[in-house]
Amino acid sequence: MKNKCYFYTDKMTVGYDGKPLIKEIKIELLRGQILTLIGPNGAGKSTILKSITKQLKILGGCVYLDQKQMKELSGKETARKMAVVLTDRMKPELMTCEDVVAAGRYPYTGSLGILNEEDRAKTREALELVQALELADRDFSAISDGQKQRILLARAICQEPEMIVLDEPTSFLDIRHKLEFLSILKKLVRERQVAVVMSLHELDLAQKISDLIICIKGEYVDKSGTPEEIFTDDYISSLYEIKKGSYHSNFGCVELPAPSGKPEVFVIAGGGSGISCYRRLQREGIPFITGVLHENDIDYEAARTLACEVIAESAFEPVSEAHYIAALEKMKQCREVKCCLDHFGTGNAANQRLLAEAEKQGKLI
Amino acid sequence: MEMAEENLNKKRHTKYRYYGSFLILALLLVILFLWNINSGSISISVPEIFRIIFQQKGEETAMNIIWQIRLPRILSAILLGGALSVSGFLLQTFFHNPIAGPFVLGISSGAKLVVALVMIFLLGRGWTVSSWALILAAFLGSMVSMGFVLLVSKKVHQMSMLVISGVMIGYICSAITDFVVTFADDSNIVNLHNWSLGSFSGMTWENVEVMAMIVLAGVIAAFFLSKPMGAFQLGEAYAQNMGVNVALFRVMLILLSSILSACVTAFAGPISFVGIAVPHLVKSILKTAKPLLVIPACFLGGAVFCLFCDMIARTVFAPSELSISSVTAVFGAPVVIFIMIKRQKLN
Repeated sequence: MKNKCYFYTDKMTVGYDGKPLIKEIKIELLRGQILTLIGPNGAGKSTILKSITKQLKILGGCVYLDQKQMKELSGKETARKMAVVLTDRMKPELMTCEDVVAAGRYPYTGSLGILNEEDRAKTREALELVQALELADRDFSAISDGQKQRILLARAICQEPEMIVLDEPTSFLDIRHKLEFLSILKKLVRERQVAVVMSLHELDLAQKISDLIICIKGEYVDKSGTPEEIFTDDYISSLYEIKKGSYHSNFGCVELPAPSGKPEVFVIAGGGSGISCYRRLQREGIPFITGVLHENDIDYEAARTLACEVIAESAFEPVSEAHYIAALEKMKQCREVKCCLDHFGTGNAANQRLLAEAEKQGKLI
Repeated sequence: MEMAEENLNKKRHTKYRYYGSFLILALLLVILFLWNINSGSISISVPEIFRIIFQQKGEETAMNIIWQIRLPRILSAILLGGALSVSGFLLQTFFHNPIAGPFVLGISSGAKLVVALVMIFLLGRGWTVSSWALILAAFLGSMVSMGFVLLVSKKVHQMSMLVISGVMIGYICSAITDFVVTFADDSNIVNLHNWSLGSFSGMTWENVEVMAMIVLAGVIAAFFLSKPMGAFQLGEAYAQNMGVNVALFRVMLILLSSILSACVTAFAGPISFVGIAVPHLVKSILKTAKPLLVIPACFLGGAVFCLFCDMIARTVFAPSELSISSVTAVFGAPVVIFIMIKRQKLN
């Protein structure tokens, strides 16, 4: 297995000033794979990335790149294999985006660093790949954060690496630029079979883009595996020690904690119609009960964490009489009833009866 | 297609800009050279100057003035001006800051102090001081100040604080220098006072030879560091990732900038603001910070700037001379203020 890996570490220990922070890290990565480090702030994600890019000395173990020990590779050899996109806010003076990207040609140019035709072609190619050709002549310090990240990625691409290391590349970007950036990265990985190691804060994105996940917490790697293995509600909640609110692996998102107290509102929902209503009630701090939902309904996923109580029916079954009566009972305890549904089918006919009952009681709003 | 053509036009445009800038600087240098050699308390006609320079024929006083006074002075202004601005550019690259320079960081003043001490010590014993001894003393002083600046820079990460501590070191060193110069009453030390304020006067051919060797070697070495310097402009981490031996490179930058500014201080005393103003002006003319272009342009620009300032220093209130630093400050300090305002706006 190890011999096939493009990049792997063997019992790598990393830290600052000789003090170990995380011990015995094992990473195994093939070309064309994306590995993402996740974990709470200050866990040491950046320390690991700095160590594998030789900015920090490794305190123990070995790192192999393309079958060779990294410490034996020269600066130039490493540069031709591994490129970085860092969080340092770069403020180069009087440099166009093209200049910044062309800087990636460093390991290929002669002793004065003069670019030849090939270097220029590679620069334009890299700009094209990140869809930033039109930025070529713009001053680097005058473009937006999203554009900057794309240019920095182009710089890394220009270095023609077989592996790219990115430290929180999406942190300063808005949602549109996050998606753009990661889809460019994915395309790059697919087209050029580049190995990627990065750290991400956005769990939802990490889950979707990564082939492998490593969770950093405490002195050792907490867990590593495929996204399917890592992104379970319980594990993520424990990794980040989420006490207020909850994490949904299916949605890849978090919910704030449910309001506490005696339920005041009963919500009739289903088929996704209830989620926005649940969230509004949560925002307003009004405790509520909802039902009757099927267990395979997406409303059910949200309701589980936001409602005081959920009256649920097994998947694919029509709502049973028992559940209807239970729901009716709960509805009576609530001051108001809200209905998010505008049509009913055979599966949730009971909800229609609940609605009629609510109307009769004059609780419907 | 259209875009490619537009691109080509832009490329051509920047190329013309580079050629044009160097041409203008070279032209200015020639003009100032002629102007300088032609001005002074004794007027010598242009044809005579040419005859004196190229055929070494002419009236004896005129020969002496041109060969022993004006030419060495002009050549040292060219060499030392160039050295100073290249030194400034190296320091700006090192600190990632456009207001770093040998004068504001106190490096020139450190050199000045050690040179003054060495001169007083040696002259007081009736020994002569060779150019090499001066340079060595200046280099020592530069390195001590530089060491202090580097120590401070590890503690404070704000450039303004670093500059303030540099200026303070400068004041301390200058005060001590003034003190020892005032109390060292030896006839040989009369010149020392002029020197400690900064002046291109009294250069000998031996001085010029030594400074030419050091300055040219230093500038050429700096030129060959263009490539890692370009990578370093993106930040240390990026430079390191692209294969630059950052530790070694930093040492090289410090050594070269210290040698260059030490050479200036050894011969002409401390000269203010050239190291900041010229690189900035050069970058604004070239519209790039690429070291490959900026280093040679800085050398030319520094030469032009110092020739210009020296001419003013010696002609405006002739026959008495201004110190070169007062003239460079008049033209250089506004540029520094301008840079700071511009940076404030950018942030």
